[in-house]
Amino acid sequence: MVETLQQLLPGFLIPYLNMGMQLGQNFFGSLWPDLVIAVWTVVKVVIVISILLFCVAYMTFAERKVIGWMQVRIGPNRVGPWGLIQPIADGLKLMLKEVIIPYGADQKVFLLAPVFAFAPALAAWAVIPFNPTLVLANVNASLLYILAMTSISVYGIMLAGWSSNSKYAFLGGMRSAAQLISYEVAMGLALVVVMMVSNSLNLGTIVEGQGQGRFADMGLGFLSWNWLSLLPMFVVYMVCIVAETNRAPFDMAEGESEIVGFHVEYSGMAFAVFQLAEYGAVILCSTIASLIFLGGWLSPVGFLPDSIFWLFAKMSAIIFFFFWIRATFPRFRYDQIMRLGWKVFIPVCLIWLVVVGCWMMSPLNIWK
Amino acid sequence: MPDIQNYTLNFGPQHPAAHGVLRMILELDGEVVTRADPHIGMLHRATEKLAENRTWIQSVPYMDRLDYMSMMCNEHAYCMAIERLAGIDVPIRAQYIRVMFDEITRVLNHLLWIGAHGLDVGAMTMMLYAMREREDLVDCYEAVSGARWHAAYYRPGGVYRDLPDSMPKYKASKWKNAAQVNKLNETRSGSLLDFLDDFVGRFPKIVDEYETLLTDNRIWKQRLVDVGVVTPERAMQLGFTGPMLRGSGIAWDLRKKQPYEVYDRIDFDIPVGTTGDCYDRYLVRVEEMRQSNRIIKQCIDWLRVNPGPVITDNYKFAPPPRESMKSNMEELIHHFKLCTEGMHVPAGQVYSAIEHPKGEFGIYAISDGANKPYRLKIRSPGYVHLSALDEMTRGHMIADVVTMVGTIDIVFGEIDR
Repeated sequence: MVETLQQLLPGFLIPYLNMGMQLGQNFFGSLWPDLVIAVWTVVKVVIVISILLFCVAYMTFAERKVIGWMQVRIGPNRVGPWGLIQPIADGLKLMLKEVIIPYGADQKVFLLAPVFAFAPALAAWAVIPFNPTLVLANVNASLLYILAMTSISVYGIMLAGWSSNSKYAFLGGMRSAAQLISYEVAMGLALVVVMMVSNSLNLGTIVEGQGQGRFADMGLGFLSWNWLSLLPMFVVYMVCIVAETNRAPFDMAEGESEIVGFHVEYSGMAFAVFQLAEYGAVILCSTIASLIFLGGWLSPVGFLPDSIFWLFAKMSAIIFFFFWIRATFPRFRYDQIMRLGWKVFIPVCLIWLVVVGCWMMSPLNIWK
Repeated sequence: MPDIQNYTLNFGPQHPAAHGVLRMILELDGEVVTRADPHIGMLHRATEKLAENRTWIQSVPYMDRLDYMSMMCNEHAYCMAIERLAGIDVPIRAQYIRVMFDEITRVLNHLLWIGAHGLDVGAMTMMLYAMREREDLVDCYEAVSGARWHAAYYRPGGVYRDLPDSMPKYKASKWKNAAQVNKLNETRSGSLLDFLDDFVGRFPKIVDEYETLLTDNRIWKQRLVDVGVVTPERAMQLGFTGPMLRGSGIAWDLRKKQPYEVYDRIDFDIPVGTTGDCYDRYLVRVEEMRQSNRIIKQCIDWLRVNPGPVITDNYKFAPPPRESMKSNMEELIHHFKLCTEGMHVPAGQVYSAIEHPKGEFGIYAISDGANKPYRLKIRSPGYVHLSALDEMTRGHMIADVVTMVGTIDIVFGEIDR
């Protein structure tokens, strides 16, 4: 912490920092180093979460604008300059609205469900690295942790559908549970392949591993990232994250023209939390995709430096992809989604798993 | 041991895919529909009964409000019923204008249908693309009648007035500056026919655009192909008409089979489907838009070179021109009689049907010689099609019910009347 602060703070504050550290050392004695780490972690968590919430708010704005342009309309442009205050106005409106709990609903579960949906989308950020050093918890099983966290979010949707005491919400919850479980399998298998080639579960190591190879040595780093060597897995993963986050064309849990959605009975802030969860999950999944397939913070070409900027650029591109397909495609039907998941993606993943395994054992192995 | 029971789901009337106020009781086995029971009547305004208490002409605007997505076609059937009862001859120019606006109405209706159907199936963008083109066509309505939807433009004996020489124009506002407004007004600088000519020229490309989004889209085909199949025999037994019948492969079109107005002078084709599923009906309707475009083009070309009267000179049914009324006793009396008690239609009964965008739209009228209809019955195609919904949806999933509601192209104004 001290080193980071020494880099960040302007020069005239450094003596004060040292003085403060000294005072703390005298006062707390041997507890002081642990305390510093704990406080520093909390500060980092708060920073990450507030940036994330800001991003979620402005992602809704970006979505409305981008889809608006695709649909020959303007999108929000009334609240503030170019409509920039719109997400804040929306949030404020939802906060001030009453949360209506339907008659016959299981009150506790009903209110707990949005939390279940939103918390994992936040918790997963603990292990996401933004550059080689900036990561909240640099654990070795970070990929596994992320898989676990994103799987929990299905509980929120299921509980919401179950506790609402509404047939529509119930159908939405059931659809969502079936869909998430099926696509979780394909996604997990895609990640297993990535794990195999990078020989690690640590996201930082996975990213660093993509910076090596024949193309990277030639200065064409973007060709040695995983997306090219594992192209089928990349495609499967991209489709799976759309299904995982319940976004169009896989949005049958919401399916606003059929069953209106698992959150049909929700209003006010409880509803807003579901929206936050959905958009938070989109950002999370785009980040993971850019980390494991698109080289994270690595620069695409040799003559430009690696930077956190690249990570944001890749994330934004994937988020744009989310918007784009939402504006283009009709919605799948429930049985068609399940067929696609079980009969196409999982066999493709299994076959590619074997192919990559054989490839790694053969002399042609490119991931040494 | 208790049996596992199906459960029922109340679909609508407050539902985003209810196309207004459709209420269905769905009996579900999991997500599979075992029975669909449509309930109607939530938009019932008793148009038929109201017509008995209005003079003949006063019911024309009510006709707009039946199928409020194809306004002028409803008026057309009604005006034609009166004309047939009274034996009025409609001037040829009025007939061309009517045919042109019938086809504009058909395009308007099919545009809304393609948008709503897309939205039902989840292709949200279609709705907004279709609205962009509808905007131009309702401008034509506005130019000719002053109203963008409920035109009340047709009259027994012709149309209310000749085509205007100018189009309504955009004005600069807080949100649109002068340059943008000028660009929007570019095609609106000439007469209505110039504007329509421009529209007809670019419309086929626009339909191509729609088709690139939908026709070969894998998801669109998965959702529509082999969904809601109706065999030709069954379609006829169920009383299907219009695109629903043609989708099943039967080339039945009143414009060809019982030509009214000037349809026999106009060159156009009738698209038919092969399997009778939702996808065929989609293709049929898209092709109908192209054919309507052809018809509009032919009408524009004819109307440009053939001026003439647009309403009958039988002053028992249409008011005389204003100038002659001011100077001529006979005309003044006619005007007074028409404006106070309305027209007297000879006693008799008539059924007049037109090829409405949704199917056969018919008016059955009985007159006892008074200035009001003795009885009026409306044959609305949507009502017949809706009654087949149960048969079509059985064994399909909930998502298909929504597709089927879209493919039927329901508008509750005409079903509930």
